[in-house]
Amino acid sequence: MDLYPPTGLPRRRHLLSISDLDRADVERLLETAEGFESVMQRDVKKVPTLRGRTVVNLFFESSTRTSSSFELAAKRLSADTISVKASGSSVDKGESLKDTILTLSAYDPDVIVIRHPQAGAPAIVTRHTDAHVVNAGDGKHQHPTQSLLDLYTIRKALGKVEGLQVAIVGDVLHSRVARSNIQALTMLGAHVTLVGPPTLIPREAATMGVTVSHSIDDIAEVDVIYVLRMQRERMLEGANYVPSLREYSALWGVTPDRVRPSQLVMHPGPINRGVEISAEVADSASSRIVDQVRAGLVTRMAVLYDLLTEPTTTGGQAALRAVEPAGQEVA
Amino acid sequence: MQRLTQREAAPANLLISGARLFDGDSGLEGVQLDVRVVDGTIAEIGSDLEADGVETIDAAGLTMTPGLIDPHVHLRTPGDEDEEDIASGTHAAAAGGFVAILAMPNTDPVVDSAAVLSGLVERAGEQAAVPTGFFAAISRGLEGRELVDMAELAARGAAGFSDDGRPVERAGMLRRALQYSRVTGLKLTLHEEDTTLTAGSQMHEGAVSAELGLHGYPGIGESVMVGRDLQIARYEHAPLHLCHISAAESVAEIRRAKELGVEVTAEVSPHHLCLTDQLVRDLDPAVSKMNPPLRSAADRAALIEALADGTLDCIATDHAPHRTHEKEVPFEAAPNGVIGLETAFAAVYTELVAPGLVSLPTVIERMSAGPARAFDLPVPALRTGAPADLALWDLSESWVVAPPYASRSRNCAFAGRTLRGRCTVTIAAGTVAHRLAEVAR
Repeated sequence: MDLYPPTGLPRRRHLLSISDLDRADVERLLETAEGFESVMQRDVKKVPTLRGRTVVNLFFESSTRTSSSFELAAKRLSADTISVKASGSSVDKGESLKDTILTLSAYDPDVIVIRHPQAGAPAIVTRHTDAHVVNAGDGKHQHPTQSLLDLYTIRKALGKVEGLQVAIVGDVLHSRVARSNIQALTMLGAHVTLVGPPTLIPREAATMGVTVSHSIDDIAEVDVIYVLRMQRERMLEGANYVPSLREYSALWGVTPDRVRPSQLVMHPGPINRGVEISAEVADSASSRIVDQVRAGLVTRMAVLYDLLTEPTTTGGQAALRAVEPAGQEVA
Repeated sequence: MQRLTQREAAPANLLISGARLFDGDSGLEGVQLDVRVVDGTIAEIGSDLEADGVETIDAAGLTMTPGLIDPHVHLRTPGDEDEEDIASGTHAAAAGGFVAILAMPNTDPVVDSAAVLSGLVERAGEQAAVPTGFFAAISRGLEGRELVDMAELAARGAAGFSDDGRPVERAGMLRRALQYSRVTGLKLTLHEEDTTLTAGSQMHEGAVSAELGLHGYPGIGESVMVGRDLQIARYEHAPLHLCHISAAESVAEIRRAKELGVEVTAEVSPHHLCLTDQLVRDLDPAVSKMNPPLRSAADRAALIEALADGTLDCIATDHAPHRTHEKEVPFEAAPNGVIGLETAFAAVYTELVAPGLVSLPTVIERMSAGPARAFDLPVPALRTGAPADLALWDLSESWVVAPPYASRSRNCAFAGRTLRGRCTVTIAAGTVAHRLAEVAR
């Protein structure tokens, strides 16, 4: 069972997009992540699984959650890590991206994790390195590990993903998280409704197998309310997507009167309290925002582990077993 | 007025034997004949001609057509000769079976003065492997504000006027340009784009852009400008040529304008005829990023239909070389444009003619007589007494598109594809401009 069935020549496995995975791959990764939970309960939260391996974290865009999570994930697996943060100005010159990759590849890294403000940057990286490449977010395109941690969080809270109703609320147009999650959630059998202003939902979004709504009332019956922030840094200047944040909040803000206690509320962060989500909802019992961050650690450990060990035909169970002995060695 | 220039070269004296000849204007539909070229002119077409001591090209199994004409090429000269220059660009043209090309003026500096134009014509006289014409800009610096000295540029041999790469944004400016250009007898050639609808765009707006998260360029971003400009042209009774039409909505506008009697000609590129926005999924800007963008399958079908019924008059490559390193960047950071001279006929043959979507004579007309008539150039013809402007094709040989190219750049939309319809010999203005072995190196 290949994570990415080779199309022609065998190629190195990468995680650039949720569409690189099939359902069995996702199940295996989530089960591997669950296996790492027990490691996180110990006093010594480290396993030697990836000792001697090198993970490069290359962030061309500001990030708190994702960069810290990937770095800690690699360290908990005993890999050596290099973190490179590039300033925003040098990224416009693609030449520098190629040269940065050639330079870092001279250290023979096993994995390069890249975040970049421009869609397609991870695809470029794969052309200039022998390392496995993990997309930690590229422009408005994809953020596959965010989706894996979201699936993990939902499954942990509700026991399943299949058959759930999920509303993704807000600025879908500029959201890579939304694009990855639409693919991931529908792949696992959830039904997704996009809710937001007509200007912030892609014109042909329905072709992705989702329902489109412009009314916040349509979150009333869903199991999971997934809130997105207004990504103003990705908006064209003067494009007038919404008349004002005040009007946006009034029409699409996730406020206590719009949420039932039985509903899960999630958000990829960073949140803008009082805009897309009220403080009361963000801090309520329904909120899984902090759980999402915690899930990010074990799912990213699972991704690194999965890329650097050969997947077996028995899938998740084999991966789990492989984790346990390693844990015992340390303990 | 001589509007095409090429370097001095010895006129061909050849016997080309046994090719199947296609030329709609001459009533040739695949009949096998010999063609004698004497001093660069087609001296005789017949059966069993004798060599009479000149070289014979055995063309049995090959197809002969009138040479192709490309009215939309970026030669990147002056200013970006590391991407293309007149020598490399015209060699690429010859390798693709072209016997004449017209170059766009969005160079550095812009071709908006007699000095720049004269420099180009002079260089073409030294370097151009096939006859080459040069458009002058419509507006100084392509800024869309002040008209160039149109009459002077016409007198120095401009082939027409175009701000290609940019639309003429202000309707009033376009109207003045259409009015004033009458004194030159030359046509305006327009890049149609409403930039308020396309700002920030990376690809066609549709299902694929929704999924990839790339900012979309809707079909109406082109067609609203096409509609506007056709109305102005109709009001002014002025002729107009429209560049690289890509959207079904634009085709509808052009069809309607032609029915109303507007004197409009329009071109379509091989990549818009053969490829769709699905190709963008690979996120390789060297093959799939251009303006206008690759569009949906429905747009492509509308373009093919319009090519077949004559709504679209010409196929034009919009050959747009870029430095390799400028295309080795994230999709969103890359410049627009792909090269296409060497693959134009083969792509269209493979994707349109071989599957039976458009006939071979129609494709030949749209790549030769069509553009010649649109720009008032001599129409290449397989006819006794005509200048030898012809191409020989091997329609059975398949080859994989890959470097080395005759072009100095490598950003080819068809890279890696297997095409049929390779040009083996090009005779342009009576001289041998290309023989396959030379290019294969």
